[in-house]
Amino acid sequence: MELTKDEESALKGEQGEILEMAYRILVATGEATDAEKLIPIEWAHLSGVNYNTIGNAGEEFLSSISKNARVKVKTTLNPMGFDIDNVKNYDLDKNFISKQLSIRNSYETMGVIPSFSCIPYEIFDIPKDGTQVAFAESNAAIHTNSFDNLKTNKESAFSALASAIVGKSPYSSLRKEDSPNITIRMKVDNPNELTYGMLGFFAGKVGDTSVNISGLGEMDKRQTKAMCGGMGTSGTCAKFNFGEGESDCEKIDFDEKEMQTVHDELNTAEKGDIITLGSPQLGLDEISDLTAKLKGRSFQKRCMVFMPRTVKEQSTKIGYIAELERAGCEILADCCTCLSPLISKDSVDAVTTNSIKGAFYLKNSNEVDVNLKPLLQIVEDETR
Amino acid sequence: MKILVSGKAEGIVLKSKYPINFLGTVDKKTGIISDENHDLYQKSIKDTILVFPSGVGSSVGAYTIYSIKSNDTAPLAMVCTKADLTVATGCALANIPVIIISDKEFSSIKNGQKITLDTESNLLILQK
Repeated sequence: MELTKDEESALKGEQGEILEMAYRILVATGEATDAEKLIPIEWAHLSGVNYNTIGNAGEEFLSSISKNARVKVKTTLNPMGFDIDNVKNYDLDKNFISKQLSIRNSYETMGVIPSFSCIPYEIFDIPKDGTQVAFAESNAAIHTNSFDNLKTNKESAFSALASAIVGKSPYSSLRKEDSPNITIRMKVDNPNELTYGMLGFFAGKVGDTSVNISGLGEMDKRQTKAMCGGMGTSGTCAKFNFGEGESDCEKIDFDEKEMQTVHDELNTAEKGDIITLGSPQLGLDEISDLTAKLKGRSFQKRCMVFMPRTVKEQSTKIGYIAELERAGCEILADCCTCLSPLISKDSVDAVTTNSIKGAFYLKNSNEVDVNLKPLLQIVEDETR
Repeated sequence: MKILVSGKAEGIVLKSKYPINFLGTVDKKTGIISDENHDLYQKSIKDTILVFPSGVGSSVGAYTIYSIKSNDTAPLAMVCTKADLTVATGCALANIPVIIISDKEFSSIKNGQKITLDTESNLLILQK
């Protein structure tokens, strides 16, 4: 990889230890992905926030670098482990809370916007077409490449952090032109968001860096988010290209049989003890739609609803939150179904959700069983 | 030879034919491999030149590499045949030299051999 004189000097440590480390990460990532150079980025979105995933090593690392490190470009942040407003209602140990708050403090000290959201593409303005960004959250990287016309690779927590500090990323893979060699043909009729989640999960398994996808029809926001979340969960693939692709592309059908295989892998229970909605977190459109669906109805068991804080604030003003709480929803800002410490196998055997991404992590990380249903059916079965 | 993280190191080879999942199978306090299905089971990677195909598993494993370096239980350098982002970023965080070599070079390196690595002069010297 070619570096400018200034970049070489930073890599040698002539511009301080933090830049030396950040450049070391970018160069290692760039060499590993055959990048030719570093290019400027305008926005970084960081993962590695939830104490559940980064642990003591992550907490200590962030605390140590936050003394000197400052981000150079607009930088936003993935969800953390809980909502400070109601964490006392959950049985979470004090150590978790204090370590999580230390992580939050370190990021804020570095100048990161404390958005605690996995849907930055829905709550921040999107820069102009073709803008290079560095997104570490997989569903966000996929959404932003596929639906928002921005360019990013599926960054790691560390390459995104280094990019935030330096304001550059290695020029490789999806940042350049890409031509997928696989086309996935959607062959399932009358798809709902669960179908699209399974389609994404399937695509992530067979694709490498990006895939072509055809036969989608019109999709709403819930469905596009489900598809991106599903794909981010199962592999390294980070972009959908819409259409049949070149004639020499390998064609793979996603039919009822393939869908059943994904369903059997992730659906492990007939019913759940609790319900979770929001993985990825719900945006304002989905909250509005959920409120309408719950009119005059109430959940008969616990239903946790996850959203970014900004969406919670907007929804409160409009009156959605009061209506959702009336219907029995537990409202949680700043956190997400995915990797939540608030769902423990000690008290919950199985969770009902409409999210493939949520299902994967509930099963593999929280080690609880999962009952998959589309939202319409959840409302029908679980409310009165 | 491709350099992911540059630097110099001299030490004894600990070689594995299996990939290593740093998150969960390396004890951070001791540097000992705890995966009983791994050929390095119960061996310590501390102060070795760790030669293995590649890292696997969660990218959070990069924090494990940072931790073992902070705890003084890290290898002196890593030598792989395939570049993966967990090892690349973990070693970049911890400032541990990493190089990528060919399968042929990989098969010529033997366990217990002394190795000198200097990325600045592109040197990887095996001593008999």
